[in-house]
Amino acid sequence: MSSAPLTSADVARLASLARIELTPQELEQFAPQLDVILESVTSVAELAGADVEPTSHALPLTNVFRADEVRPSFTAAQALAGAPAAEDNRFSVPRILDEEA
Amino acid sequence: MSEILTATAAELARRIATGEQSAEEVTRAHLDRIEAVDPKVNAFLAVDSERALATARQVDAKRSAGEELGPLAGVPIAVKDLLCYQGLPTTAGSRMLEGWVPPYNATVVDRLIAADMVILGKTNLDEFAMGSSTETSAYGPSRNPWDLDRIPGGSGGGSSAAVASFEAPLAIGTDTGGSIRQPASVTGTVGVKPTYGGSSRYGIIAMASSLDQPGPCARTTEDAALLHAVIAGHDPMDATSIQAPVPPVVEAARSGDVAGMKIGIVREFAGDGYAPGVEQRFQESLTLLENAGAELVEVSCPHFVHALATYYLIMPAEVSSNLARYDAMRYGLRVGDDGERSTEEVMRLTRGRGFGSEVKRRIIIGTHALSSGYYDAYYGSAQKVRTLIRQDFDQAFTSVDVLVSPSTPTTAFRIGERIDDPMSMYRADLCTIPANLAGNAAGSFPAGLAPEDGLPVGLQVMAPPMADDRIYRVGAALERAQASAWGAPFTSQIPFLEA
Repeated sequence: MSSAPLTSADVARLASLARIELTPQELEQFAPQLDVILESVTSVAELAGADVEPTSHALPLTNVFRADEVRPSFTAAQALAGAPAAEDNRFSVPRILDEEA
Repeated sequence: MSEILTATAAELARRIATGEQSAEEVTRAHLDRIEAVDPKVNAFLAVDSERALATARQVDAKRSAGEELGPLAGVPIAVKDLLCYQGLPTTAGSRMLEGWVPPYNATVVDRLIAADMVILGKTNLDEFAMGSSTETSAYGPSRNPWDLDRIPGGSGGGSSAAVASFEAPLAIGTDTGGSIRQPASVTGTVGVKPTYGGSSRYGIIAMASSLDQPGPCARTTEDAALLHAVIAGHDPMDATSIQAPVPPVVEAARSGDVAGMKIGIVREFAGDGYAPGVEQRFQESLTLLENAGAELVEVSCPHFVHALATYYLIMPAEVSSNLARYDAMRYGLRVGDDGERSTEEVMRLTRGRGFGSEVKRRIIIGTHALSSGYYDAYYGSAQKVRTLIRQDFDQAFTSVDVLVSPSTPTTAFRIGERIDDPMSMYRADLCTIPANLAGNAAGSFPAGLAPEDGLPVGLQVMAPPMADDRIYRVGAALERAQASAWGAPFTSQIPFLEA
């Protein structure tokens, strides 16, 4: 596990991956805080041997299915009731084209 | 009126069912109480007076018509603002969802309604349930009725404060790493996290889905059990819901018989970092339980000391994934949509503005733990240690019926004391996290007051999956032993906050 301290550039890159705009003050404040947190969790890396199975979930449940039945669902009006913007029974979103340029 | 407020939920239900007191009168008393003391406590984010009174009148009408009423019919309840309830905003304590009104009910809410319970309103919490003090709420911290300068615990501090300040006899909380139990501990109330899968997560805003679990908050063990029985049980809308009968929690809470029960004391949860008064009251609780006929056994769970570190990898990983849904497109806040900015720019601005610091820190840690090159070392290792923690429980439960520890290492800390030091805040959940990682049932019960500061201490009881009834059995035994040792039940010590 990397022991290099987390820089504000690292934090900026991670925040960008998570689509969060951080202020310069936040970058300054978060880097040392996150570094302390990461430092304190590194202890788990060496604990378990290769033979230990990972646990992702506490229950021994897999593939829970329900019957494929038609049921009532939201009307368009209900689904759009909380939308920041809507138009013609659809969610209205900012432009999505030309982003790759 | 204060007599209504200090009565137990069981007693209120009895009076309402016999017609001795109307549900409307009981509801009105609690709404008046909220109006009088909530400016000081800040337990509620929304109060639903009209609908609460209308529901109460319906219960009274049902009774007059001779209809049979459920065990908590007409009893008021507060609901953590993380559960969807149509007709009221659900904010999760965040600016991101300010004013958002859900189009459906959580299953737990539907069950409260079906049980004819009276929902008073929604309670404050740390933002998206991330915190141990309610200080990360975008709507200001709730305050502990034992000392208004101190935290009521978190994330469910609004629910614990509401119950401890007699604004509601019951409340719903949710527990991901201790958010029901730690608030119960520091407010001198009862809080239980059911077995993972024992109560439905449907309609509850997700934080870490493999850990989240709703449960009851109350002032007595029996009241918590009655509420547990109302909300628990299989729900086809939750794929992780267990298809099995609800454990006999009410019977256990009424019995309180611990004769011959083997109680394991977790050796690792003591010593450095534990307040002297916490250890003293913990030891006293053990003595009371032993005198009641339980057998005490010291057990070692060697991996529990790594639970906090394990949790702070697994939980943020799940958080970073779950909170990706707040993308400013379909609901919630949208910032900077000026017709020029792209979807992605609007998304970044919205998430930057809408989330508070603690939520951002956890999303960033989770993103890091799941990123290529770090995944195996962080998330993969944590999942393996999660297995070791489960095995510690399995091993312990071959020789004991339940495990006990202090619920949290200290009494309520001061507002502002830990907010700039995330690691010290996280340590409040040191003892509660193992049960979330393993999916076990666990609860916190009042153990008395710490002599050094006069503040409440909690005893945590942990049981195997779907043996939730054992928790209530121990809680009830402790409650009774305290009442006879101290001459009065612990609840009589809860201060009645003046308006």
